[in-house]
Amino acid sequence: MEYIFHILIIVSIYGILALAQNLVMGQTGLLSAAGAAFYGIGAYGAAILATKFGINIFFSLIFVPILTGMIALVVGTSFARFRDDYFMLATLGFLMIFNTVARNWEEFTGGAYGIAGISKPYIFGFKLETPFSFFFLAFTVFLCILTLHYFISRSSFGRVLNAIREDEDALSIFGYQTSIYKLLAFALGAAFSAFAGVLFASYLTFIDTKLFTVNESILLWAMIILGGIGRNRGALIGALFLITIPEILRFAGFPVELAGLMRQCIYGLLLIFLMLYRPRGILGKYNL
Amino acid sequence: MKHFGGVNAVDHLSIGIQEGQITGLVGPNGSGKTTLINLLSGFFSHDNGEILFSGAGRKKIFPWENQIYDITRTFQQIRLFEQMSVLDNILVILTERHPFLSLFERHTSYHLKQAEDILKRVDLHEKRFDNAFDISYGQRKLLEIARVLAMNTNIILFDEPFAGLFPEVIKKIEAIIKELRKEGKTIILVEHNMTIIRSLCDHLIVLDAGKLLAQGKPEEVLSEKIVLEAYLGE
Repeated sequence: MEYIFHILIIVSIYGILALAQNLVMGQTGLLSAAGAAFYGIGAYGAAILATKFGINIFFSLIFVPILTGMIALVVGTSFARFRDDYFMLATLGFLMIFNTVARNWEEFTGGAYGIAGISKPYIFGFKLETPFSFFFLAFTVFLCILTLHYFISRSSFGRVLNAIREDEDALSIFGYQTSIYKLLAFALGAAFSAFAGVLFASYLTFIDTKLFTVNESILLWAMIILGGIGRNRGALIGALFLITIPEILRFAGFPVELAGLMRQCIYGLLLIFLMLYRPRGILGKYNL
Repeated sequence: MKHFGGVNAVDHLSIGIQEGQITGLVGPNGSGKTTLINLLSGFFSHDNGEILFSGAGRKKIFPWENQIYDITRTFQQIRLFEQMSVLDNILVILTERHPFLSLFERHTSYHLKQAEDILKRVDLHEKRFDNAFDISYGQRKLLEIARVLAMNTNIILFDEPFAGLFPEVIKKIEAIIKELRKEGKTIILVEHNMTIIRSLCDHLIVLDAGKLLAQGKPEEVLSEKIVLEAYLGE
């Protein structure tokens, strides 16, 4: 049973990440490779606060996403001039800078050794140590983000984001300062990713830089492309599918050392297959 | 003035547009008509000179300032929000412009009625739930016109709205433009069809190689020798 709850926790965390990526890439059309960076900032933020200052993860769940959103506002402002491929390269550059800083700022991040001993969240003297209790927290946060995402998508703001994805220049003619909308979507996506990062660090109790590389950003891309660009249900199906595949492979009898490699191959093959036969993904309404 | 590399697309051009009139903008291909529309709508920034709106000059106009200057436009190559519904193409024009306030706004029955009335006016009501890329070329042109109606600005720039259309759609758009003139809108119309120019325009400006070639009443301008030469050759 603990194993099932472990899977559900990971699916909840990646569900949050997929929703964040969907807001930025699926709805707004920003090809951001920075998803893993903001996920990492959230994780490192919670880990540093917990191990250096003894701060409860519940506090980090409020403070760290706000801080990450503010970092994204600063970073996003300098990226405002970039579009499409150039935006993707700029965000990729940001991810590389984040990784380099995390690997070398040993005093705070533990460098290549990472940060161990991150505490579990506690409330009224009760520590969420069991997978079941942690799943309750992760799923609650996931539901909150899903509700917030739904609220954004159904608002006029959400419709403007869709129009930016379709034709930003044409939209600006109608009196929209599109750069502000893009910046806000980028910051909201970063804050959502940070929620996932805080949960992940607390659940695993150990993090290092290898967890937040470009592979992680590609996995997030694969999730929303597989499920369907621009649709929350699609993003969640993509997350569920890509998280459970390695587990299914494990039960299919693949050796543990081969399972990881097989997973990467399957991700790659899926993306090629989808681009060839179903570029909108499983539930998608939109093309990239 | 606007140049692209060594080419002066708009060259020392000084013109005035009368309020409440339809001003036609004609000229051979490459004469700078669309560039002028792009400059007036802030799509391009001009290299030199000034654009005056009701006497107030601006060195640079940003596209999003069109709402402040009360301007909207259509595009020569249709630019819709392709993967959004016909209705959403209109609703996005009708709603809140402030990013923070728009987060808390949902389209109301008032917005919906307004959008549906506009779509009825251009005969697109039945297509309101279709995606913009699924409708025909003529309907796409009409949807661009519908977005202009939704903006409800005083200055409207039409860039070849009749190009490639069937006669019945041309009649429909002509009727809408006439209605807009009745409402007192100031219209600039880029067009190659001289029958339409004669029927709609109060004033005509002819451009050639980015320069002003002639201007005045359409009948007079279109019979001038230099205009005929520019269009038909020597």
